[in-house]
Amino acid sequence: MLKNRHLLGWLQASPLALVLLAFLLAPIVMIVIVSFWGATEFSIYPAFQFDNYEFLFGSPVTYRVFGATFKYAFITWALTLSIGFTVAYFLAFHVRSQTMQIALFLLCTIPFWTSNIIRMISWIPFLGRNGIANQTLISWGLIDEPLEWLLYSDFSVILAFVHLYTLFMVVPIFNTMMRIDRALLEAARDNGASGLQTLRHVILPLTKPGIMIGTIFVVTLVMGDFITVRFMSGSQRANVGRLISNDIALLQYPSAAATAVVLLATVLIMIAVMLRFVNIRKEL
Amino acid sequence: MDRRPRSFYVLAAFFTVFVLFLYGPIFTIGILSFQGPKGGLTFPMNGVSTHWFRDLFEQQAVGDIWGAFRRSAGLGLMVMVTTVVVSVMAGLAFRKRFRGSGLLFYAAITSLVIPSILVSLGVGLIFNQLGLKVHWATSGFGSQLTWTLPFGLLIMFAVFNRFDKSYEEAARDQGASSWQTIRYVVLPIIAPSLIGVGLFGFTLSYDEFARTLLTAGSYNTLPLEIFGMTTNVTTPVIYALGTLTTAFSLLIIAAFLLAVWVLGKRRARAGSDAGKGV
Repeated sequence: MLKNRHLLGWLQASPLALVLLAFLLAPIVMIVIVSFWGATEFSIYPAFQFDNYEFLFGSPVTYRVFGATFKYAFITWALTLSIGFTVAYFLAFHVRSQTMQIALFLLCTIPFWTSNIIRMISWIPFLGRNGIANQTLISWGLIDEPLEWLLYSDFSVILAFVHLYTLFMVVPIFNTMMRIDRALLEAARDNGASGLQTLRHVILPLTKPGIMIGTIFVVTLVMGDFITVRFMSGSQRANVGRLISNDIALLQYPSAAATAVVLLATVLIMIAVMLRFVNIRKEL
Repeated sequence: MDRRPRSFYVLAAFFTVFVLFLYGPIFTIGILSFQGPKGGLTFPMNGVSTHWFRDLFEQQAVGDIWGAFRRSAGLGLMVMVTTVVVSVMAGLAFRKRFRGSGLLFYAAITSLVIPSILVSLGVGLIFNQLGLKVHWATSGFGSQLTWTLPFGLLIMFAVFNRFDKSYEEAARDQGASSWQTIRYVVLPIIAPSLIGVGLFGFTLSYDEFARTLLTAGSYNTLPLEIFGMTTNVTTPVIYALGTLTTAFSLLIIAAFLLAVWVLGKRRARAGSDAGKGV
């Protein structure tokens, strides 16, 4: 019977296991292998050399680009967390009818199911030199000349990240908030806690698992991104993902693979640390 | 009901601004896609016309967008069906601890957090070295599953965490086989959530870019086609395309939500047959 249980489990899980084996683990192994290969201008050849890593760690560009990637991740994390927490808090504790709650929650999540690329493109008429933002600011007399840093800058990159990924914070935080026993809030109030004190000492600690899950999503999405940075910075800013995609475009697969290995290691270490603070399966 | 505190109005205002921030840009390109034939990429509107939409339907100067749309829709359906079936099976498996289940779970989490371009690169390299041709229906399909399956699995965890096991016990007590229990008891109960998994499967595939980038081969999916356009198309035709494909996405989402709603209604009307000797 015991054996039977394990066998049945694997039978049911085998399609998932096979897909992950073929399209996740095998590709990772392949990338690790190729990261030791060599490349000519036109092709790659099997080898076992550390040239790609030596070049990667020897180049000041690498450190600068990793620094920029961490910067994007940190700023985006801070913004999505503050915005996401506030939105979730409003939905969970201030909207009283459940129908309204569901409706507003759906309103926040629908963009998740639409195209990221279109959502990036849609910022152009806003931020461009003759865009809505500049025209408005000029007509209000706040500025005389169009601001150049609105589009194709760090500003537009982070704005797009926040626009795309805040709902990855809203959803898990809202989910944990909805599970907080309302009696606890009443108890806090009965004991004389102000609204802010309840928020700080009751709600915030109980919401931590949701915050952790949201953080995992946002940080990994930003760390692994290349398309948002490329599009929203007009190719003027770099992050690790762009380093990889540039190498790919030049057919320098081994070098791209080495960068990819370092990026993957970085992301997995960050996630491993975060997972120590939360049990994902229990929180769903 | 007691009076709303002042913080409610502050937060409501914040929420409104957030929703405007979320939807404002997409509405803007919706409006701008109706630019006159001489209009540009920003305001002011230079007349109002459906010129750019007709452009999409008529000439193929913008590439093979209709072919790309068909491929994306087909791939979305393939990914949707696979995601639902595989997630349900895996969800059932994970209800009991089996040897290696922890490992498989962490593999699924890795699949979720791994930078998309790594999947693209790795799968591309493997196909390359094996001398296989990358194609959206093979390598593209598999790569997208690494993104949709973890989502499906997490939803199944959420579903089975809330699942009342006494239904199954009741079925077993009445002599149902384990297959009958799943087919006639478990699946009907979790059906609305499966619609949700389907929605994730279809839309995440339909919009996926990075994981298909190096795995779609010579025939582009729609997001790849659109991204290609951003580098060389400088007319509102790209807004028209953006508006259309977003409208399509919204239509799909509405259809799924409607399905969940109808299912809930029907269930409520049918009510419980407990004690009626059915």
